[in-house]
Amino acid sequence: MISLAIFGIENIGVLAITALVTGVALVALAMWIAGMISPRSFNPQKGEAYECGIPTRGESMSQFHVGYYLFAILFLMFDIETVFLLPWAVNFITPDSSGVLGVAVFFVILVLGLAYAWKKGALEWK
Amino acid sequence: MQDTTIVNNTFDFGTITTPVNDWLNSFMPQWLTTTVECVAVGVGLLLVYALLALFYIYFERKVCAFFQCRLGPNRVGPWGLLQSFADMFKILIKELIELRHIDKFLFALAPYLVIIASMLCFACLPWGNGLQIIDFNIGIFFLIACSSIGVLGILLAGWSSNNKFTLIGALRSGAQMVSYELSIGLCIVTMVCLAGTMSITGIVEAQTDTWFIFKGHIAALIAFIIYMIAGTAETNRGPFDLPEAESELTAGYHTEYSGIHFGFFYLAEYLNLFIVSGVATLLFFGGWMPLHISGWDGFNMVMDYIPTPIWFIGKAVALSFIIIWFKWTFPRLRIDQLLSLEWKYLLPINLFNLVLMVALITLGLTL
Repeated sequence: MISLAIFGIENIGVLAITALVTGVALVALAMWIAGMISPRSFNPQKGEAYECGIPTRGESMSQFHVGYYLFAILFLMFDIETVFLLPWAVNFITPDSSGVLGVAVFFVILVLGLAYAWKKGALEWK
Repeated sequence: MQDTTIVNNTFDFGTITTPVNDWLNSFMPQWLTTTVECVAVGVGLLLVYALLALFYIYFERKVCAFFQCRLGPNRVGPWGLLQSFADMFKILIKELIELRHIDKFLFALAPYLVIIASMLCFACLPWGNGLQIIDFNIGIFFLIACSSIGVLGILLAGWSSNNKFTLIGALRSGAQMVSYELSIGLCIVTMVCLAGTMSITGIVEAQTDTWFIFKGHIAALIAFIIYMIAGTAETNRGPFDLPEAESELTAGYHTEYSGIHFGFFYLAEYLNLFIVSGVATLLFFGGWMPLHISGWDGFNMVMDYIPTPIWFIGKAVALSFIIIWFKWTFPRLRIDQLLSLEWKYLLPINLFNLVLMVALITLGLTL
């Protein structure tokens, strides 16, 4: 017999919040200790952006490659697919195969989507 | 399918926690008991988290050293065992430099997000029989969801630093992590098909007879290989470490962080390595489940005597060794190669593999 949930706590939310608070506590505690024991000295040059010793030239928030956006949008499409597939994956073994067929349609549409993006050149890094 | 189910004789940690719970309940109100238990769980988590991170830092440095025919850390303590403790104290007494050009709130928030993400995933892992913290019917889905928060922390860190290196590092890291998250997600879907449940305990329990890597043979093996590649990319390691490629971006998204602030990213990175290996252990190598061969009852009994946490940590460390090995075997990829590897190779193979797995299960070809 495999026992569930430590200490028999049935409310998982409590445990999830415990883990979350532990994470916050770890950072806060370490920051507090570091704040107490680390040295402080002020020098205007220390506050500069670190760019290998030379002064910053131009805007730091520069333009970046549009490809990052494209991949992010494609990611959204396929990530939602995973969300939809998971509940199906849990109980697709049923006597009738309607679940398999239903998802097959969904799956084919997605594969076509990927093929379309590929053909359009969205997957190329130019 | 085998008819004989092997009885699982491993030590159940519920035999410790249940009496403790009863004893506390005997003189405390219910809410106070829960609070005390939650504090105990939190302290335990914190200790294991910190110790494991320190062990991993030492482990990686030693392994890297041996790969390069060096000795690695060997001065602090026997075989350099105390090196990472010394490093931790050193990083605590480093100055936290006050920068003038940053977005202060977001800059301070980023380490919290990264640590919270890894702590939540860490709490989901199956440590042993009855020794699991967050465990409910959609456990593995919760784990995927939590692990995605980490990307947000990295993007915030890079953007709020207001520096060109960090911005490019964060964007690369973001693109890489979201892309490879797809592969991880699809591998998990593939294995969930085999398990028939999303509960982490359920997945472990389903592997009592045979681990999934044997049960799902071809499909599971393909999923495992893809998972290991994607996991390496997800932790920004090995050949996929271009977000922090030191020769082009100094340190990537955490260039502007100093002292313990940087330490948090470092900590989370090593813990993510453990989490990725831990999830691989859960999905393919039975979590804390000892090695069982059906029919060999004596052998199974002997295996059950090895404590379950040792099984879990042992398997996870062995898989982490493989990920560290990658780092010294393959040269670093370019961003376009990285993205085409995911989108043009891993994703189609993964989709095909899912179909293969469904076919194997429907036709009853699994072991």
